[in-house]
Amino acid sequence: MSADLFEFLCRMGDNTLILGHRVSEWCGHSPVLEEDIALANTALDLIGQTQLWLGLAGEVEGQGRSADDLAFLRDAWDFRNVLLVELPNGDFGQTLMRQFLFDAWQELMLGALKESSDARVAEIAEKASKEVAYHVERSGDTVIGLGDGTEESHQRMQAALDYLYPYVGEMFESDAVDAAMAKAGIAPDPASLRDAYDARLAQVMAEATLSIPDDRFAHAGGRTGRMHTEHLGHILSTMQWLQRAYPGATW
Amino acid sequence: MQPRVDEIWDWLDQVPDPEIPVISLVDLGIIRDVEWQGDTLQVTVTPTYSGCPATSVINFEIEKALRDHGIEKLELKRQLSPAWTTDWLTEKGREKLEDYGIAPPSPTKGPERCPHCGGTHLERISEFGSTPCKAQWRCKDCLEPFDYFKCI
Repeated sequence: MSADLFEFLCRMGDNTLILGHRVSEWCGHSPVLEEDIALANTALDLIGQTQLWLGLAGEVEGQGRSADDLAFLRDAWDFRNVLLVELPNGDFGQTLMRQFLFDAWQELMLGALKESSDARVAEIAEKASKEVAYHVERSGDTVIGLGDGTEESHQRMQAALDYLYPYVGEMFESDAVDAAMAKAGIAPDPASLRDAYDARLAQVMAEATLSIPDDRFAHAGGRTGRMHTEHLGHILSTMQWLQRAYPGATW
Repeated sequence: MQPRVDEIWDWLDQVPDPEIPVISLVDLGIIRDVEWQGDTLQVTVTPTYSGCPATSVINFEIEKALRDHGIEKLELKRQLSPAWTTDWLTEKGREKLEDYGIAPPSPTKGPERCPHCGGTHLERISEFGSTPCKAQWRCKDCLEPFDYFKCI
């Protein structure tokens, strides 16, 4: 059980870690100051949630690894994030589309985790879901604003959705780890969240005048660790550089 | 002799929030418990936002303040649940925020009035502000922008 729980917690923590890092890449580059601040705030929340998830993962594993050890000293094949969060930022619209696709899933997942049979998981979910409520409100509003905006913004948002949609399905895949979590009442079977997610997506995309692709093909392999995209290694080389070059460095 | 718990609460009420120094850590509602466990003082603190960078500074400030008052054995405990809510801001803290130019949180999902002129014609600029706990708003009466302490 503890191996499955460790795996589950890494999936949660790696999602927020990698997306938090990706979003932080915008710092100082956003189209307007308010958006720069909003993205930095979102990244900060995600990194904060990472500390909680990976901190608990280290505790459950019981080998003395801290959240920092897990974040900075594992290599690409040990990461368990979904592929969606490691994809490049693209333009501002693509970043916000990715954010919405993730936020809408995270909101449902955390909502279910608040009822987890594991009190430690439930209290992290309780904390994080308050933050995510703000994330999804903003990313959803922005998707609508840009989708139903100018001809160019609409076109870019449709292109972003077409590019990112094949990465949505992985968030709802279930494997033996998920079955063990569901059986123990720790976490829901991700597949059980799909209907509510689809309803939310349909509502927001309709308002944004965007068309959801028909094809349900899903790229996968990130959350099981079978295969990441080529982008993850590049993220890690930036993110982990300092600890790799100067092991144990602190300030 | 051990200082009384209410005395320690008073000391903590003198420690300013590092980001919004006009209110104290007690005003912010993040000190959840102060209690003697034998000869060790245990202070329970809850984070505002999980990624708030002020959290580690806050712990440092608590420790420093209590050590300055002669507390030697001190343990800071992190408590996640129940999650921090802006309902825990003290009335005194809310007034100080408004005097300082930050609209206090309001359950109506937006500030009640402009902290500068008291105007009620307001618009939201951004859901996110200079710190994770604030949003940016503007008053259409006096045309000044201001921070709003978000409800959470």
